[in-house]
Amino acid sequence: MRKSSGRADNHDWRKIKNALASTGTFVSAVLVIAPLGLVFFHLLVNGASSVNWDFFTHLPKPVGEAGGGMANAIVGSLELLAIAGVIGIPVGVLGGVYLAEYGSARINSIVRFLADVLNGIPSITWGVVVYGLVVLRFKSFSAYAGGLALGLIMIPLILRTTEEVVLLVPNGYREAALALGVSRWKTIVHIVMKTASKGIITGILLALARVGGETAPLLFTAFGNRFWNHSLSQPIAALPLQIFTYAISPYDDWHRQAWAGALVLVTGVFCVNVLVRILTRGRAASVV
Amino acid sequence: MSLAAQVLIEERFVRERMAPPSRFGDKAFQWLTMAMAMAVVVLVILTGWQLWRGSSLTVEKFGFHFLATSTWDPVAEQFGALPFIYGTLVSSLIALLIAVPLSIATAVYLTELAPLWIRQPLVSLTEMLAAIPSVILGLWGIFVMVPWLRDYPFPFLKHYFGWIPLFTGPIYGPCMFAGGIIIAIMILPIITSVSREILRSVPDLQREAAYGLGATRWEVTRIAVLSYARKGLFGAVILGLGRALGETMAVTMVIGNTPQIAASLFKPGYTLASVIANEFTEATTDIYLGALFEIGLVLFGVTILVNLVAQFLLKTMTTTTSATRAVQ
Repeated sequence: MRKSSGRADNHDWRKIKNALASTGTFVSAVLVIAPLGLVFFHLLVNGASSVNWDFFTHLPKPVGEAGGGMANAIVGSLELLAIAGVIGIPVGVLGGVYLAEYGSARINSIVRFLADVLNGIPSITWGVVVYGLVVLRFKSFSAYAGGLALGLIMIPLILRTTEEVVLLVPNGYREAALALGVSRWKTIVHIVMKTASKGIITGILLALARVGGETAPLLFTAFGNRFWNHSLSQPIAALPLQIFTYAISPYDDWHRQAWAGALVLVTGVFCVNVLVRILTRGRAASVV
Repeated sequence: MSLAAQVLIEERFVRERMAPPSRFGDKAFQWLTMAMAMAVVVLVILTGWQLWRGSSLTVEKFGFHFLATSTWDPVAEQFGALPFIYGTLVSSLIALLIAVPLSIATAVYLTELAPLWIRQPLVSLTEMLAAIPSVILGLWGIFVMVPWLRDYPFPFLKHYFGWIPLFTGPIYGPCMFAGGIIIAIMILPIITSVSREILRSVPDLQREAAYGLGATRWEVTRIAVLSYARKGLFGAVILGLGRALGETMAVTMVIGNTPQIAASLFKPGYTLASVIANEFTEATTDIYLGALFEIGLVLFGVTILVNLVAQFLLKTMTTTTSATRAVQ
């Protein structure tokens, strides 16, 4: 009698523990996501009122004057991304293709490993390296230097995603093309890369969204600029840089502008992420 | 035209058509892609070399004292990086203490305990958190998180736990503790997603065996899943540590940027990455610049080492692709 009731207690206790674990881990999940909601909420509350037509079309006003915008920083960011893309996309995509199509197991494991190492080092390191390579040599901060720093960050990111999606292309496709007498490189370019293009583009977009929000590598490469940039060998403004400068300034007007800039930047980054999600819908289920 | 001549022409025609295509395109493409893949190797070497060269001046002048002394006085040209190393370690440690339990619990919830319909939306949300740029989290940190911490949790901690040296002294707002919390937020998504990948790689046979013994869901998780995945989860934590050490913008904005070694977490601190971010453009003398390059070199060396350990732990646990997919 006693023994069986003890067992029942034990059973209840186990059920309670189970419920506790479910609740506890659920609360953790909520806590993990909470900052996302909070950041969004405050961005809207503090930034939405300052995002207007002027923000996208005007230069920053001097301290003390209200209004003005970040037109130069928005355009600057796009220019930097373009330079970064010119450097990062071809190297990343073709490097990834090499790993998937040609590389021997040994070379692949080394390159893959080093790419992961590069992905892990702090982004500010790139700023320091590019400063040494470009800024010191040409004695000037420049859009080229900033774009190069961002481009270098993109290389390992794109390389790894490209390799992965190219590996997912079924071998039958390659064999069919080769059997028709198509040369190997044409098979890779026209059949394999074309089949994997959605995944490759996804990787490129994610890399662009990632470096588009980077500030640290730009601090002493692109440097920032309060005016329009007229030459790529001159310092250039970038949205994240401008947000940083304004956020740590002591002026309320600038703080408002920083919130507005942050709202614009986050919206841009999230749009890309949503686009990627739409692009990859269905693929995730079938291949990954 | 004679028949023989015609045959000859035909034969030549056929031979030309059937000739194996030129291998030039193939070779060129292979070399091109190989050069691009090798760019990664070159980059690693270039980075190491550039940082080493940039810091040669201070390496010669200060040697190991650079890492072991705590005077940072650019005017007197005295450079010791100890306060920054201390700040980096302490803020990362705080971040891990907060982020590790939360993200592993979240990963467990997402793979083992949550109802199926809620999993995908939650996963998407954690990925969205990872997409927030560091500078924006810093902005939120300065204007929302730090004032809130200063007004509510910090006085509470000071009042009830003030007898611990960690929670003594005046509360300014920007401080080591705030820095640790912001880093925690930044590394939550990566530890969560890598842990999730690890837990998903635990074979279902493990779970089925435990269920077969009559275990509850939580018991299955604890006995069959978590203990099996221990090593991989440790790898996820180390990977998070690697990110924490190198976090720059958000930390710079909330940690207070004062090179000091203080017991109290309410005192401002400084990290390796922050000092580079703040002082690099101000470095007017060669030796000052060299000191900052050397800090970059230290950061580079340490993060590589930490990532090596993490990769090793993860590799023994899962296939490389699934783990690195989560990393990205």
